[in-house]
Amino acid sequence: MALADFANPSRFLTFANRAIPWLGGVTLIAFAFGLNQAMVAPDDYQQGATVKIMFLHVPSAWLGMLGWGVMTIAALGTLVWRHPLADVAAKAAAPIGAAFTLLCLVTGSLWGRPEWGTYWVWDARLTSELVLFLLYLGVIALWRTVEDPSRAARAAAILTLVGAIDLPIIKFSVDWWNTLHQGTSVFRLGGSTIYPTILIPLFVMAVAFTLLFVTLHVAAMRNEILRRRVRTLRLMQASAAS
Amino acid sequence: MQATNHIGFIVAAYAAAFAVVGVLIAWVMLDYRAQRRKLADLELRGITRRSAATRSERTMEQAKEEA
Repeated sequence: MALADFANPSRFLTFANRAIPWLGGVTLIAFAFGLNQAMVAPDDYQQGATVKIMFLHVPSAWLGMLGWGVMTIAALGTLVWRHPLADVAAKAAAPIGAAFTLLCLVTGSLWGRPEWGTYWVWDARLTSELVLFLLYLGVIALWRTVEDPSRAARAAAILTLVGAIDLPIIKFSVDWWNTLHQGTSVFRLGGSTIYPTILIPLFVMAVAFTLLFVTLHVAAMRNEILRRRVRTLRLMQASAAS
Repeated sequence: MQATNHIGFIVAAYAAAFAVVGVLIAWVMLDYRAQRRKLADLELRGITRRSAATRSERTMEQAKEEA
């Protein structure tokens, strides 16, 4: 079966029904392994045990951005190619991405208090991440405000494309401005500055969180397809009655 | 810096993660059940999609032919 075949919602539902239990199982195993690795990882020589918050904070930050990235590709699918599943994918990704961005902000605050002496500062990295969270809330509100899904999809797609400007700002904020938030330490020229005993658990947790994102996204897409079927049937019922 | 100094922040961060992930999973599962229930309710009242109706008609015709 080619990838394009999943453009058919019925085929996607068949795929989702088969894939979700497997994805859920693999995610559970990845989290069991990742959490074990995180717990046995040594303390950082400067930060002590608070480095364990990084195993939640960094994957959440990546997935908050990944969520908007998925929505940006889906927005192009809606506006350019009018792909039947594009707006379904975008709508399903928004609450998941928002939840991970919120988790990033919360865990960042809880990490910042012992390390910086404050829960929050209006520096470029933190502020651009908060803007991403507010953008997510805006898109979710837009989807809920416009009743017709195809009209809502076009409006949300435009907002998503405009909001995508925030992604490079988040990524490069620590390079462009003088921030309290630390600079790039994982993916950087010259290699990571994190010691492997901490870097490996971080990658395992990142894989586990990514699998969770994929599982939830496929499940939320399935829900959205079913919601649209319910809407269509109710419209059919209403037109038959009138 | 000792772990015990900041254990509250670490526990709070992991508790927040479990709460957020738990709410996400519950939301997806409850939403799925709700949509399935709504679809089943509509189908019980005889309101089905054309493709589904065509499929069920074909199945009935096949059953008649076989009988």
